Amino acid sequence: MADIEYKDKGSILNPLKSWQFFARKPVTVPLEPRPASLNYRGFHVNDWEKCIGCSTCQKVCDNAAITMVKVPGLAEDPVLGVRNLRPAIDYGRCCWCALCVDICPTGSISLSREYVHTCTQDEIDSYFILPDPKGIHNEFFGHGWSKSVDADLVDLKRQPMPELEAQKRIDNFEEIVDGFDMQAAIIEASRCVQCGMCHDACPTHMDAPEYIRSIWEGDIEEAVRWIYKSNPFSHVCGRVCTHRCETACSVGRRGEPVAIRWLKRYAMDALDHERVKQIAHEGKPDFVTGKRIAIVGSGPAGMTAAFDLARLGHYVVVYEAMAKPGGMMRYGIPEYRLPYDKLDDDIDVILSLGVELHCNTRIGTDIEFSTLQKDFDAVLLASGLHEGRSTRIPGSEHGNTVSAIKLLRQITQGEKIEVPKKVVIIGGGNVAMDIARSLARFQRTEYGSIDVTLTALEARDDMLADESEIREAEEEGVMIIPSRGPRQCMIQQDRLTGLETVHCVSIFDEDGRFHPKYDESDVFVHDADMVVEAIGQAADTAYLGADTTEALDWQRGRLQVDEDGRTTADWLWAAGDMVEGPDVVHAVAGGHRVANSIHEYLMNRVKASA
Amino acid sequence: VRPENYQAKNHPPSNEYELNFGPNHPGIEGNYALQLKLHGDKVVHARADGGYLHRGFEKLMEGRLWIQNIALVPRICVPDPAPMELCYSLAIEEIGGLDVPERAQWLRVLQLELSRIAAHLFTFGGHAATTGMYSNMYWGVTDRDILLDLFEEFTGGRVYSIYNMPGGVRRDIPEGFLQRVSDTLDYIESRLPDYDNLFFTNAVFIRRAKGVGIMNQQQALEWGVTGPNLRATGLAFDVRRDDPYLVYDQLDFEIPTEDAGDAWARTLVRRHELMQSIRILRQVVKALPDITGPIRAPIPNPLAWTVPAGEAYTRVESSKGETAYYVVSNGSDMPYRVHVRGPSSMHAVQVLENMVQGCRIEDIAQIMFSLDACPPEVDR
Repeated sequence: MADIEYKDKGSILNPLKSWQFFARKPVTVPLEPRPASLNYRGFHVNDWEKCIGCSTCQKVCDNAAITMVKVPGLAEDPVLGVRNLRPAIDYGRCCWCALCVDICPTGSISLSREYVHTCTQDEIDSYFILPDPKGIHNEFFGHGWSKSVDADLVDLKRQPMPELEAQKRIDNFEEIVDGFDMQAAIIEASRCVQCGMCHDACPTHMDAPEYIRSIWEGDIEEAVRWIYKSNPFSHVCGRVCTHRCETACSVGRRGEPVAIRWLKRYAMDALDHERVKQIAHEGKPDFVTGKRIAIVGSGPAGMTAAFDLARLGHYVVVYEAMAKPGGMMRYGIPEYRLPYDKLDDDIDVILSLGVELHCNTRIGTDIEFSTLQKDFDAVLLASGLHEGRSTRIPGSEHGNTVSAIKLLRQITQGEKIEVPKKVVIIGGGNVAMDIARSLARFQRTEYGSIDVTLTALEARDDMLADESEIREAEEEGVMIIPSRGPRQCMIQQDRLTGLETVHCVSIFDEDGRFHPKYDESDVFVHDADMVVEAIGQAADTAYLGADTTEALDWQRGRLQVDEDGRTTADWLWAAGDMVEGPDVVHAVAGGHRVANSIHEYLMNRVKASA
Repeated sequence: VRPENYQAKNHPPSNEYELNFGPNHPGIEGNYALQLKLHGDKVVHARADGGYLHRGFEKLMEGRLWIQNIALVPRICVPDPAPMELCYSLAIEEIGGLDVPERAQWLRVLQLELSRIAAHLFTFGGHAATTGMYSNMYWGVTDRDILLDLFEEFTGGRVYSIYNMPGGVRRDIPEGFLQRVSDTLDYIESRLPDYDNLFFTNAVFIRRAKGVGIMNQQQALEWGVTGPNLRATGLAFDVRRDDPYLVYDQLDFEIPTEDAGDAWARTLVRRHELMQSIRILRQVVKALPDITGPIRAPIPNPLAWTVPAGEAYTRVESSKGETAYYVVSNGSDMPYRVHVRGPSSMHAVQVLENMVQGCRIEDIAQIMFSLDACPPEVDR
């Protein structure tokens, strides 16, 4: 141990040893300000360009020092997942722990190397500051504690989703995605930072943060309860939704977004169907209003409206032209993406509320449209888009040039189709992928090999189909050729031999209008004995009859409605694909909207006459 | 006429008087008070009163997420916050079954021992000042400041480092940092002869501190004394050696003891420990470059992080003694119960109350500093 003898030597001169320090350099630290270290946790800086106002920093702040403040003039877009909120810090509460930095999903917030703030007595409020990219005094001192991989608290990696391999799925229509098991679902749900960007971005504003939280807590019933508040087609949306929620997800800013769609699917699959029914019935009044509503079409829009209206005590009758309900969900989406028993489950819940469904009943043929107006208090049109659009290129009138939507309907109805040996598909959207992948499966079963070519007008990165759809199609052997514009169908002796395409340079002109430009020197002929057009759909509204059609407002063949989905006739509403783009979740949102509007109209009329 | 329920107040004998020592008194550590009964300058009876610094840490922790508490626990002991962070993290790691990467363990030792040196320097200063030697206090505080610069550099905060996190640490050391640690250790070591000259071999200190505030080993054990205070009674007990945590079992160091059990012995044990901490740190500086790998075990998103139901009791050796946490989880996202066993709650209550009895009033301050009691630990 120490060599010094720590004992009292008895000399009173010992303390005088300190006098020698008069001759030495003092150990005092100099007084001038010193720059803080590179890692210092000083006042905040916030990169407003990166910040999306998700308020995760506010949630983790252990002293409640952070308040989200609206900053007018900043971008606000729920679809992109951007709010004009920015964190303001109360430095009377802040403890400079930097948890806000470590959890920030975007990495916008960091602590600076600035550490001095003083104020006079009448400026006490100056401790509540909105930090901007320059810090709190408009003078940047450099970044101190910033986002680092070591301390990042955001879980950027998604739980892997088990799915069938390309080789195992290509010759059958079995569902590709297996769905999460409980373990994976809980871990995936735990990644959510509860910012609610998904809720804002979702067309029907599903309470995703709430049901994700319930899944994380292991309370599936509560999750389904939250899901049913805004979406009766959750088996469907849990599989085929375009998941705008995930596009807006703040965790997706730097990593992979939370798998919100798969979590919804997990909750729906994990709960017993009868229990789901009971949950859907919760809160349904035991009285009936005596009002009668007719709905044309049993797709997502019509059935969602039926669900809402039935839950409000109205009497709802749905007319469906096809043999089974579901509309485009059944007759447009292949079974490997959406198994029909799951669709049946969703519809069964709705029907269990007392909705009357008449299948194989085509309005205009089996029942005159005008009788609906007579027999019902309100009518909702939700007949969808069941006609394929044509490119109208030379040769497109040939019998082997078919519309994708028609072909898909035949396939999903179980009709036997003539499987082409070589097929070219025109279009780059999800429908094009659906038909390409369906035909690939038939080719594989029938001929053992696949020859499906998909030509899209858009460039690879701008293609309208989901990224996962494109990836899976390519895995399954579909050849995707982007930036090709169709020129003509090659016909030799009444036989379709191929499709001629040219290279597409740009699709839109300077004003953003659709006006494709082609490079005429780059021409190619794709050999094919069938050409499938998947470039869009149109509505068939002939069933309305001339008088009704005349009375309504149309623009470019599309029925015009107000923001509540009401047409110019006060008893007639329209919703779903026929008034807005083809997408299940938009249709669900539209169904809710018109149901509200119809309910208001019917109930107010009672008040007025009383 | 007196009311029926009148009871005569039990007045002290006329030769005794009461004195409130603290909570605002330069001779007391932090916001702490002693209610004294004095006979002349001699303490007849003392009662410790620790309620001036009650912040309700243990209760607060029950309402905060697991991760949020890492910013709260260092505040339980201001001069030596590192063991608090570590102990809390260790408990969660034990319940949650988190494996702390090796590099993180070494970095934790680095932080702990630097913190121990800083805390001891602070305490010398305190003891010196209470015996009238203010130069030594200035030195202690100044040299501690150099260590705080190191903390600032690698943890981001000078006093509250908030460096540990369940699963590991939050930052790796910056480039060239080990060299600066090494230089600082050389500097601190070069200062020790000055401290010895001015303080430890100083007749004033020795005559003032020797024989003051004595406790024997048996008393120390009965009162729950730990740390340097226990070792000053001749018992070489140190959690780092006797119940090793982190990588202390791979490190070579001694447990200094003294036998006198008085204020002098206690402060002297700290002087020896300073050297041992420097010795440990030199080994860490040597070993760290060869230990690579992650510095943190992955934990889930802290906003949705549950620790499995269970309980853990973890203890570490702080500069003040045995710091321990008893953490209970019921499987939710917040602790069900956290109990902090701060060493100072024993030292500043039962030990101090007994020790000051019979001593002179001017020795109370140095007894308290020689016990190195930290008031916020007393009333959590």
